[in-house]
Formats: sequence, structure tokens, C-alpha cells
Amino acid sequence: MKTDNQKAWFLVLPVLILVAFSAVIPLMTVVNYSVQDTFGNNQFFWAGLAWFEDMLQSERMWNALGRQIVFSGIILAIEVPLGIFVALNMPKKGFWASFCLVLISLPLLIPWNVVGTIWQIFGRVDIGLLGYTLDALGIDYNYTQGFYAAWATVIAMDVWHWTSLVALLAYAGLQSIPDAYYQAAKIDQASRWAVFRYIELPKMRGVLTIAILLRFMDSFKIYTEPFVLTGGGPGNATTFLSIDLVKMALGQFDLGPAAAFSLMYFLVIMVISYVFYIVMTNLDKEEGGK
Amino acid sequence: MAKITLDTLAHSYVDDPKSPADFALQELNHDWADGEAYALLGPSGCGKSTLLNIISGLLVPSHGRVLFDGEDVTHLPTADRNIAQVFQFPVVYDTMTVRQNLAFPLRNRGLPASEIDARVDRVGRMIDMEDVLDRRASGLTADAKQKISLGRGMVRDDVNALLFDEPLTVIDPHMKWELRTQLKKLHHDFGHTMIYVTHDQTEALTFADKVVVMHDGRVVQIGTPDELFERPAHTFVGYFIGSPGMNLFDAEIDGRKARIAGTQFDLGTCYGLKGGKTRIGVRPEYIRLGDHGLPARVTRVEDVGRHKIVRLDLGGQQVAAIMAEGQSVPSGGTHVQFVEGGVNIYEDEWRVPPEGGDAPLAAKKEAA
Ligand SMILES: Nc1ncnc2c1ncn2[C@@H]1O[C@H](COP(=O)(O)OP(=O)(O)OP(=O)(O)O)[C@@H](O)[C@H]1O
Ligand SMILES: [Mg+2]
Repeated sequence: MKTDNQKAWFLVLPVLILVAFSAVIPLMTVVNYSVQDTFGNNQFFWAGLAWFEDMLQSERMWNALGRQIVFSGIILAIEVPLGIFVALNMPKKGFWASFCLVLISLPLLIPWNVVGTIWQIFGRVDIGLLGYTLDALGIDYNYTQGFYAAWATVIAMDVWHWTSLVALLAYAGLQSIPDAYYQAAKIDQASRWAVFRYIELPKMRGVLTIAILLRFMDSFKIYTEPFVLTGGGPGNATTFLSIDLVKMALGQFDLGPAAAFSLMYFLVIMVISYVFYIVMTNLDKEEGGK
Repeated sequence: MAKITLDTLAHSYVDDPKSPADFALQELNHDWADGEAYALLGPSGCGKSTLLNIISGLLVPSHGRVLFDGEDVTHLPTADRNIAQVFQFPVVYDTMTVRQNLAFPLRNRGLPASEIDARVDRVGRMIDMEDVLDRRASGLTADAKQKISLGRGMVRDDVNALLFDEPLTVIDPHMKWELRTQLKKLHHDFGHTMIYVTHDQTEALTFADKVVVMHDGRVVQIGTPDELFERPAHTFVGYFIGSPGMNLFDAEIDGRKARIAGTQFDLGTCYGLKGGKTRIGVRPEYIRLGDHGLPARVTRVEDVGRHKIVRLDLGGQQVAAIMAEGQSVPSGGTHVQFVEGGVNIYEDEWRVPPEGGDAPLAAKKEAA
């Protein structure tokens, strides 16, 4: 068949324009900043890769990155098993299944800054239920002062907010397993663990890959919740990458370094997600093909 | 190995069954003799899988009891019943190799490794998969998966019973025959009680000593293939078994006299009828065409190779007759006769034996 004209391109034009305005142009602006320097007055000078070199040598950025990786690692290590556990224990059908679904979806509907505020109040020693209770139990808890208290609160907040997402995805994976598998497992006298290991986990792998990717990317970009709760403190204890970035860009107005920082940040997320995705799909092929 | 007794067993999937229509399985009393091979035959939705699941304990019946060798196991979990069951839907454990799949039920029972290896090798040969034993199960074709499913049922040789729920549906005809032969051999070697569900009559008739025919949640007849063919206990059996199925004529019966579509003839014996709706059933194999008998008209002839199926119209009722390949078929008007001994009388769908009882089957066969 022969194409008579190129009119079809006009059909994708709206999408191209939309993507250009929403992603490409802002990104190029950042690229633009990252290679220039300014002393105000909207005058810019070519700075080459100096900002990138600076940032790579900046202890501040490496520290923030370290905190970020530890944070994402911890919340993944908690949310994924916990989400699976919740999904496994949810009713499969009937009224209670719908009820549980609505109940666990609730945290997902709350905006980030509200979640931050909720936990900020919840954790206060004077009026917050959590803070007051811990204090009454004789535990020295103050998230604005203590390093561990601050981390524990930020992690608890994220787990509270996002475990539901993992649970919902895992639940969807479980629901797609035909009854015959469980029946066969009973006939084969499989233990509860074996049912999980050989039936449920393999059938959930696809959705869990998505859940882990989503939670990784999202937690790696976390900003609003810890910002509202601790403002990155005490000291720099909960200053994650994006909090640091905003401090640099807006607080100190260091646009050049901040732009270089953002680009590297973006790259790190892309690379980790990509590697993870490739590893998971290769595992799939190995299991399917060999 | 055990004798399995079903005692006033019935099952309904609804919580509070009111009418018989609410029951997937109508009340049933039956002994499955120890060491016998049964085929469970019936159309889709008649309750075959429900019955198997009750026997294996995957389903607790809503009414009645299940006994193994006289011991009540109605509420005993599947694991404690020691039953092997193969499902309609092939189940394989995707992350395991074929070998691990076959070994799985044995490993869970804590058998020594050497014993497991020996049995897995034996079953691998039986299902013709010995050269793919170390492949991952997930990449295999649907029929290979069904064979693995079947194999997992066959590795256990100490079971109370082996239940097969249409285990060969997606397997090609040649392999089907092969596997059925293997199952019969397995039965011969180990003497398990076996129940084999199918809705394919050839499969049922070739596999089993006894065939149990189900219809609408009810067991309508249990018998040898011969009995099902010669004396279907219910019009459904007559119609379901045989190809084409039994002809059923609306008839008026008075003593030894019967009248079909206005023509009267002699039945030879009396039948103890209670005044219900009567029908006469005659298999196409037992219908002859000739110069006298019931007037009919040939409407169509189908040549199926080994024989011809002649379709006739008898006073508005459809009749099928089987004729040998060489015989010449009359065209247009002819007469239908029934071979002596090939006639069954039904009242309200159930067979009524002649007064004085049925003649032994073998004798009747010679007459036909
Ligand atoms: N879990 C269930 N809940 C409610 N009704 C069911 C359930 N399983 C089966 N039924 C109903 O019970 C009846 C018998 O079903 P069953 O699966 O035993 O039939 P079957 O003879 O095995 O049919 P097939 O040849 O299609 O496998 C059907 O009417 C079916 O719709
Ligand atoms: Mg079935």
C-alpha cells in the first residue's frame, strides 16, 4: 500500500505540543540553567560542566542521596511485605471484601500536605495521640529534636500512606488466580508456605514489579510530607534529595547547581527504575523460556 | 484403597435451598466398590465436578455423609483423605521444572528422595515426558501442562482413590488413547478405586468397568457399557449414549398392545404400567426397513463410512435407523420394524421392565 500524503502527522500534533509544553520545554530550561552562571539581573554566563563537577564533589548532595537511598530502601522493605500480608488476609468476596477495599483505599485519597499535617499533629507530645501516648509510656519521643524519632515518624507516615497501594495491587494479583490452583495444592498437600511460594508469589510477580517501581520512584521524589512534618530536620536528618534541591534552588537561589543537581537526580531515578525493570522482565523470560 | 459410600448425599450451592432446582446434586446413595474403575458420564453442568469435589473433600456437602470403608469422613479435610485428583483445568506450578512438579505431592508427604526419583521417572515415562523433565513447566504447551497435571495424580500409589475430572480435554486423539491405556494399566497394576469424569461416551465406555450416568444433578443409571446400551434406565441415557441416540416414540400401551402414530402392534409381553406418559425406545441399530410394520417416509440418508444413517418421518415423529454399508435404502415410502428384544418401554421417562423380568443380556444379544 502507498501513502498518498502526510496528513496523519497532524493527528499526533496535539500530543506533541502537549508533551513539548509539559515536559520537554521545562526540562530544556533546566538543562539551560545547568550550564550557565548568573549574578542576577537576568544576565547569564556560560559555565560548561562546572556545576556538574561541583555537585559531584559536594558532600551535601552525597549525604542527601545516601539518606534518600536508605529511606526508599526501608519503606520498600516494610511496605512490600506488609502490603502482601494485608492482601493475603483480605476477604476474597462478599460485602466485607468491598468494605476492606474502601477502607484501605482511604489513605490514598488524602493529599500529601494533609498527610504531613495529620502526622505532625498526631506525633505532638502535647496534643497528639501518638506523641502523648509514647510520652506517657516513658519513651523519649520528639520528632522535632530526636534523629531516630524524626526518621521513625517519617517512615511510619509513608507506610501509613502508601502500603495500601501495594496491598491493592497484590490483592488484584491474588484475585486473578483460578480456584483450581488452590484445589490442586490441597490435593498435593502443600503447606501454607508452599502455596504462597509456588502459587501466589509467582502469580503476583507482575503486579509486584509495578508496585515496587511505583513506590520506588515516588519515595525517591518524596518532598511534601517530610517538609510539612520536620522541614528536613532535626539538622539535616530528614533532608531528602528533593528537600535539599528546593532549599538550594529557592532558598539560596543557586539556580545553576540546583539545575545540575535536578538533572543528575532525574538520571538516577531513570537508571535505577530501568535496571530494576530489566532485571524483573529477564527473570520472567528465564522462567517462561527455558 | 477404600470403598467409598455416599449416604443420602446432596449438595446445594445456595445457602437455603427450597426447591430441587436449587440443588447441584440431588439426593444420592451409592457405594463405589474398592478397586473398581468407574466412568462418570454426563453433559456439562450436571454436577460431575461437584460430586468429585465432595469425595475429595474440597467441598463439604450440604446434606448427607461420605464414608471411606465405613468411616465418616464428611468433614475431614482433603489432606487427611489421601486422595489424588486431577482437575479439568490443568494446574502446573510455573516456577518449578516438570520433575519438581511431579515430585511435589511426594515431597510434601516427606517421601525419601530415592523413592521420589524412581516414581517421578516412572510417571515421566508414562506421560511421555521423560526428555523434558528438567524444563521449566511454565513455557510448555497446554497439552503438556495437562499431562503434568495428570502425572501429579499418577505418582502417588498409596491413595484411597484416584479422581480424574476430564483430564484429557485438550490432548490430541492419539495421545489421548495412549494416556487412557496408561491409566488402565495403572489401574491394573495398583488396583486403585478410580473415578474418571468425562462427557465423551467413547472415553467412558472404553475406560471403565462400570459407567455412572448423570443428568441434571441426578445419577440416572449405573451399569456396564452393555447395560447402558441395551437397557437404558432413563430416556436420557438412551438418548445420550449411542450415536445417533435411541429413538423415542410417543406410544399408547394397553396390555401387550402398543399404538404408535395410529398403527397398532404386538409387544410380545405385558408391562406393569401405572398410567403415566408412555414412550417406546428403540435404538437405530434395532430398526429394520421393509414391506410391513409402521408406515414411514425416508427423508435423508447420511453415509458415515462404516454404515449409513437413514432419517425417516413416522407420522410426524423423527426416526433414525442404521443400515449396513451394502444394503440398499428404499426411497420415499417404506415401513419400520423393530428387532425383537430391541424394544424398551418408558413411563414418565423411566424404564419399565417387562412382566416376569428382563431376559439375561447375553441371551438377548444373540436374539438381536
Ligand atoms: N462454586 C459454585 N457456586 C455456585 N454454583 C456452582 C458452583 N460450581 C458449580 N455450580 C453449579 O452447579 C452445577 C453443577 O456444576 P458442576 O461443575 O459440578 O458440573 P459438571 O458436570 O462438572 O460440568 P462440566 O462438564 O461443565 O464440568 C452447575 O449448574 C453449576 O452452575
Ligand atoms: Mg466439571
